[in-house]
Amino acid sequence: MARRALAAHLALTYGFLYGPILVLMVLSFNRAGLPTVWTGFSLEWYVTLADSPAILAAALNTIIVAVVSTVIATTLGTLLALGVERRRQSNAVDALLFAPMIIPDIVLAIALLSFFTLLEVTLGLHSIILSHVVFNIAFVCAVVRTRLKHFDYAIIEASIDLGADRFTTFRRVTLPVIFPGVLAGALLAFTLSFDEFIIAFFTAGAGASSTTLPMRIYSMIRFGVTPEINAMATIIMLISFTLVFFSQRLNRATVSD
Amino acid sequence: MAAGAVISLQGVTKRFGGLTAVDGVSVDLVEGEFFALLGPSGCGKTTLLRMVAGFEEPDEGAIHLDGRDMARLGANRRPINLMFQSYALFPHMDVRRNISYGLEMERLAKGEIARRVDEILEQTQLSALAHRKPAQLSGGQRQRVALARALIKRPRVLLLDEPLGALDKKLREQMQLELKRLQHEFGITFVVVTHDQEEALVLADRIALMNGGRIVQLDAPRALYEEPRTRFAAQFIGLTNLFEGRAVAGGIEIAGLGPLQAACDLQAGSACALSVRPERIVLARDRMAEGYNAVSGEITDIAYLGQSENLRVAVDGYETPLSVCVAPDGQADARTDARTGAQRHRVGETVWCHWRPAHGRILTD
Repeated sequence: MARRALAAHLALTYGFLYGPILVLMVLSFNRAGLPTVWTGFSLEWYVTLADSPAILAAALNTIIVAVVSTVIATTLGTLLALGVERRRQSNAVDALLFAPMIIPDIVLAIALLSFFTLLEVTLGLHSIILSHVVFNIAFVCAVVRTRLKHFDYAIIEASIDLGADRFTTFRRVTLPVIFPGVLAGALLAFTLSFDEFIIAFFTAGAGASSTTLPMRIYSMIRFGVTPEINAMATIIMLISFTLVFFSQRLNRATVSD
Repeated sequence: MAAGAVISLQGVTKRFGGLTAVDGVSVDLVEGEFFALLGPSGCGKTTLLRMVAGFEEPDEGAIHLDGRDMARLGANRRPINLMFQSYALFPHMDVRRNISYGLEMERLAKGEIARRVDEILEQTQLSALAHRKPAQLSGGQRQRVALARALIKRPRVLLLDEPLGALDKKLREQMQLELKRLQHEFGITFVVVTHDQEEALVLADRIALMNGGRIVQLDAPRALYEEPRTRFAAQFIGLTNLFEGRAVAGGIEIAGLGPLQAACDLQAGSACALSVRPERIVLARDRMAEGYNAVSGEITDIAYLGQSENLRVAVDGYETPLSVCVAPDGQADARTDARTGAQRHRVGETVWCHWRPAHGRILTD
């Protein structure tokens, strides 16, 4: 009885979480442009998307921002994690590292905008990239640190004892061992950057040249939800879902070995 | 520095904050010997080992290898290798890659590396496991990989940090023999750090017993056991019975027990202790003839260990009970030639504990 109730509860939770997304995905294949009536299967909205230069440009911007900020944040976040884990445990350091993950996006967005304005940095894709690096460092660092909790630091000394210098040791021992964690962190960072809206919106500056995909969707949605948006949301959803899935899998492998 | 010394330590001192971990240690290691650093945890033995390996710099003193000062020579450039307590195998490399790593760092030719790896895999009976990852190996196999990985570098000295600590008892005995065999085969100086006195006794040619950052006694295993120089040495190596008292001519005067004979050249009246090993004590119903020290008491405990029996005897007139180790069931025992009555001891029985004066040792420190 209790088991059944639990199963029902689980089904309801999943339904609540994924029902709307499922509706959206189904409607993206709806021939009619209406959100209420199913008139048959069609891929025409996906074709429309591919034909729109504005959307393609925004998609390219998003990919540039996501890739560049992921590379920078993964490098810095990994080094940060290595440094922090070798120090004595400090609650203050931990809290400061977690903060960028829990500060409301809107607060971070305003802070970054003020900061850029103060330093008279021109806004554009580069300022979005820098802003995404800010919160992504924290996420990458957190993921890599979970990997390092199971790290036997004696293998670093073993490598040096066997004749390797510090750099060779990092390249051949430390990095390969923590690599699943680094990759998981990078996938997470990419996902977060890929669909981030508020911070990009604040730090992009004027001009269509630095419009990202989420910003593009936002401007389109002011004229109502169109089937192209459903199609685009479906694609973004699939990309995010795939990346998070692999990130989780890598993380699980991390903890179990 | 003695001739034939591979490693020579002179006044080596290391401090961590206010704590002196190693305090003025001087010792020479002889070519090809199996040397043990033995002591309780925190005695400085691991710090000493890490200084020899090059992971810690001495605050004072010098370490010479073949007459060359090792100061400022990093661990990666010393012809010394360390087998880590956790073995520290590279988890992402298979056995073969783990073992060849050290030779790759020397930039040897591929063919040479392959040949030497094959050779050492053979010697350590790991050939069949060459493509396994460390996670797929048992504790004993991991230890052999760690050993092979260090030995393949042909170091002048191999350091082993608690090499058998992670193995169960049966495997440990097997690996002790294996270590001795490999040391003999390679002719390399081995330095093992251990807190296990039995391990040190079995493995080493010489043992440096450490306490409080200093070497308190440096001797061959037999001498360390039979002729401890301090109370600490007597109690740390094996079990012993200590009688506290004052020196008299030809022995020691113990309050409540009277004089006991032992070789003693101390000034009469000075404080000292008499150490008697449990297995040197002979039990008998009646007091035996001349030539023995004898105290009487009552058996309070018997622990049967198969090959021997450990008894506790509450001695009349002395506070600390005596530990006695005898062959079980009164079987003939070469050491206890004078033993009378071949029957089993019982708790509550009154007995005389005898030992020859030559088997007692007077200690001052």
